[in-house]
Amino acid sequence: MIRMFLSGFACLGFIALSAMFLIWWERKISAIIQNRMGPMLTGFHGTLQPIADTIKLLLKEDIAPAGIDFLSWWLAPFFVTVPVVTAFVVIPFSSSWVPYDLNVGVLYICSITSICVLGIFMAGWGSNNKYSLLGGMRSAAQIISYEVPLLLSVLLVVMESGTLSMQGIVHAQEHGWFVFKPHLAIAFVIYLISSTAEVNRVPFDIPEAESELVAGYHTEYTGMKFAMFFVAEYTNMFIVSATAATLFLGGWQGPFLPGVAWFLMKSYFLVFFMMWMRWTLPRVRMDQMMSFAWKLLTPIALLNLLISGWFMLKV
Amino acid sequence: MLINDTQKKIKDKFPSLAVEIVGSALVVPKSSLLEVATFLKNELSFENCHSVTAVDRKDKMEAVYHLYSTSNHIMLTLKVILPMDDLTVESLYLLWPSANWLERETFDFFGIKFLHHPDLRRIMNPDEWTDYPLRKDFKRDDFIPRPQSTGLKG
Amino acid sequence: MGEELIVNMGPQHPSTHGVLYLELKLDGEVVLDCVPHLGYLHRSMEKIAENRTYTQFIPFTDRLDYLASMNNNLGYCLAVEKLLNVEVTPRAQYLRVIIAELNRVASHLVAIGTFAQDLGAYATPLFYAFSDREKIVELFDELCGSRLTYNYVRIGGLSGDIPPGTDKVIKDFIKYEYKQLVEYNELLTHNVIFLARSKNIGILSKELAQAYSVSGPILRASGVRWDLRKDEPYLVYDKFDFDVCVGTVGDSWDRFKVRLDEVTQSLRIIEQAIEAIPEGNPVSKVNRVFRGTGESYLRTENPRGELGFYLVAEGGFNPYRCKIRSPSFSNLSVLPALIKGLNISDAVCVLGSLDIVMGEIDR
Repeated sequence: MIRMFLSGFACLGFIALSAMFLIWWERKISAIIQNRMGPMLTGFHGTLQPIADTIKLLLKEDIAPAGIDFLSWWLAPFFVTVPVVTAFVVIPFSSSWVPYDLNVGVLYICSITSICVLGIFMAGWGSNNKYSLLGGMRSAAQIISYEVPLLLSVLLVVMESGTLSMQGIVHAQEHGWFVFKPHLAIAFVIYLISSTAEVNRVPFDIPEAESELVAGYHTEYTGMKFAMFFVAEYTNMFIVSATAATLFLGGWQGPFLPGVAWFLMKSYFLVFFMMWMRWTLPRVRMDQMMSFAWKLLTPIALLNLLISGWFMLKV
Repeated sequence: MLINDTQKKIKDKFPSLAVEIVGSALVVPKSSLLEVATFLKNELSFENCHSVTAVDRKDKMEAVYHLYSTSNHIMLTLKVILPMDDLTVESLYLLWPSANWLERETFDFFGIKFLHHPDLRRIMNPDEWTDYPLRKDFKRDDFIPRPQSTGLKG
Repeated sequence: MGEELIVNMGPQHPSTHGVLYLELKLDGEVVLDCVPHLGYLHRSMEKIAENRTYTQFIPFTDRLDYLASMNNNLGYCLAVEKLLNVEVTPRAQYLRVIIAELNRVASHLVAIGTFAQDLGAYATPLFYAFSDREKIVELFDELCGSRLTYNYVRIGGLSGDIPPGTDKVIKDFIKYEYKQLVEYNELLTHNVIFLARSKNIGILSKELAQAYSVSGPILRASGVRWDLRKDEPYLVYDKFDFDVCVGTVGDSWDRFKVRLDEVTQSLRIIEQAIEAIPEGNPVSKVNRVFRGTGESYLRTENPRGELGFYLVAEGGFNPYRCKIRSPSFSNLSVLPALIKGLNISDAVCVLGSLDIVMGEIDR
C-alpha cells in the first residue's frame, strides 16, 4: 500500500518535472533549428523558464466563455490529463522501478490513453466555439483512425514476445532489441507515425492547426485549464515514446549505465525525434491524413501481421 | 496617337455618338457606356478593367475607367460625365468581373449607383453610413479639411 | 448533407494576414460560400492625399503595402514625375531599380515564409525568411534611417545618395541569398507534404485571372507571361537581362514557385545594376511645394502586382484626386471564386498563396 502511494507520488513528480523539461527542451530545440537563442534570461540558458511559465499560468484568470456546456467544458481538462497520468502505472523505468507491473500492461496503456479523445471532444463541444468544435471533430476522427495501425503494430510485439506485461516484453528483448528484426522494424515505423498522430503533433497536428483553427479544441481555455492540456500533451508525448522504447528498443536494457538512464535516454530520443519533425515539416490535410491511415498504414500493418504470424506458426 | 485611333474606331462603329477626347481621356455619353464598353472589350481587345474610380468636379461627377489591352499595350482612360442630381451609371460587371469590387468601392466613396450591379454594398465603410467621404462637399464635425497650402512663403 | 455552419474567420485570425474578415459558410469542413469583408484597416488614404501637398503624401504611400514601401514610394513618385514631366538623373534611376528590387526580394521572402506558416510548418521557414529579410531591412536602415517606412524615393530623385560601401554589402547579401535559396528549395519546394498540400489546390485559370484583373506573381503563375518591367519598361529595366517567371497550372504551388524564382531574377537585376551605376547626383532637385495640372495614370510592377496611381491635378499645391489602384485589392477579389468547394485547410492555403497585404487593400 505504502509502496503504491510512494510510487504514485514519484510518478506525479516525474510528470511535472518531465513536462517542464520537455517544454524548455522544445523551446531550445526549436530555437536551434531556427537560428535563434530561445529563452535565455530566466536562469542558466533559460532553465527556469518553465517555472516562470507555470507561475504565469497559475496566476491567470480562468475565463469561462458565455454559452458553454459547463460540465463538459469543466471536466474536459481532467479527461485529458488523468488518463495520461494513470498510464504511468505500467511504465517500466528499470528492472525494479515500475509502479505496478500489470500482466495486461500493453492492453492497459493502449486503452487508457484512448480516453484522451473523449476529453478532447468534450473540450471541443463544450467550448461553444466553432473552431473548437471543428478541432474536436477532427481530433476524434484522427485518433480513432490511427488507433488501428497503432494497435496492429503493438499486436505484433505481443505475438513476438508472447506476453502482455511490459516487463515481460523488456525481458523478451534480452537477446536483441525488437527493432532490429525486419518485421518489427516495420511495425516500429508504423507505431512512430501513428503515435505522432495520436498525440496530435506535426505533421498531424490537424486538431490544433494554428493557421486554420486558431488553437483547435483548447481555443477557449485559459490559465490552469490550458496548462492541463499543455501538460497532458507533453506527458502524452513522453508516454508514447516510453512505450515505443519499451516495446521496440529494449526498454531499460543496455550496457554500463543503470537501467533508468538507458530508458530515459531512449524515450527522450524519441521525443526529440517528434520535436524535430514538428519544427521541420508542414501539416498534412485532414483527408490526406485519413487516407494515409486507412489506405496505407492499416493495410501494411495488417499484411505485416499476417505474414509474420504465418512465419511464427510455421517455424 | 493611340487614343485617337481608338476614338476613330468607335466613331466608325457608332457614327451617331459624341465621343470626344478631353485631355488624355476618352469621354463617352452615359447612355451608351455599355455599348461602347462591349465594343472595346470584344473588338478592340481591352480585356482588362484595371481600375474604376470617380472624380468629383463639384458641379459634375466623372466616372473614370482605366481599361487595358494586353495585346496592344494601350491604357485607355474612359470617362463618363454624370450630373450631380443623377449619379447612376450602368455596371460593367458582366464584361469585366474585376469591376465588381472596384465599382463597389466607387459607390462606397462617391455614391455613384451602378445599375444592375449584383452586390452593391459598401466595401470599406460601415454599412449604416450615409455619407460619401471622397466627395468634395463631405462634411463631418470631426473632419476638418486642411486649408489649401499656400506654398513656401518668403 | 449536414447543417450549414457559418464561421467568421477574422478579423482576428492567425492566417488572415492582418485584419481581413472572411465569412465562411461551411458544410462540415467544405467551404460553400465565402464573403470577404474589408475595411478594418481603412485610413482614407485618398482623402488624405487631397489634403496634403504632393511631397507630403510620400510617407503615406509607405503605409499602403507596408512590406514593399520602397516600391510604393517609387510608384507614387513616378506618377507625380509623369504629371510634372520631371527628368531623373541616371544614377537615381539605377539606385531606384536596386532598392525596388531589394524590396521585392524582402517582400517575396515574407510571402514565402508566411505561406509555409499557413501550411502549418511551424515558424521555421518564417524565421529563415525573416532573418534573410532582416539583412535587407538593415541595409535600408543605413540608407534612410528607417526599417519599415522608408520615404526614400522622392519626386525627382532620392532623399540622399547611398553611403559608401553599400555596394559591397549588397554584393555580399546576393552571394548569401543564393545559398539560402538552395535551402528554401530543400526545406519546402520539393517537400512531399508541402507538395501534397499545395499542388493542384486553388487553380486559377488564365481566363479567370485576366477577368479579375489579377496581376503580379499570381497572374504569372497562371501561365501569363506578363511583367511590366519587361513589357512596358519604366526606369532602366530595359537595360537588364532577366527572365519573367511563369507557372504552368496556376495552383498554389506555382504561385509559391514563381515568387521563389522571382527572388533569383531580382538578385540578377541587382547584380547587373550595381555594376553599371553611373556617377552623378541622385538627390532630388525639385521644389518641395509645387503646382501641377493635368492627369496621369502610372502603373509599376510591385511585388504583389501592378500598383497604379491616378493623379488629377487642378493647379493647386495638393492633388485634386489621387486614386490608388492596389494590386492586392484585385487579387483578393478572386478569392471567393477560388475557394468555393475546397475545404478549410485548402482555403487557408489559397489565401496564403495570394499573399495579400491588408494595408493596401483597405488603404
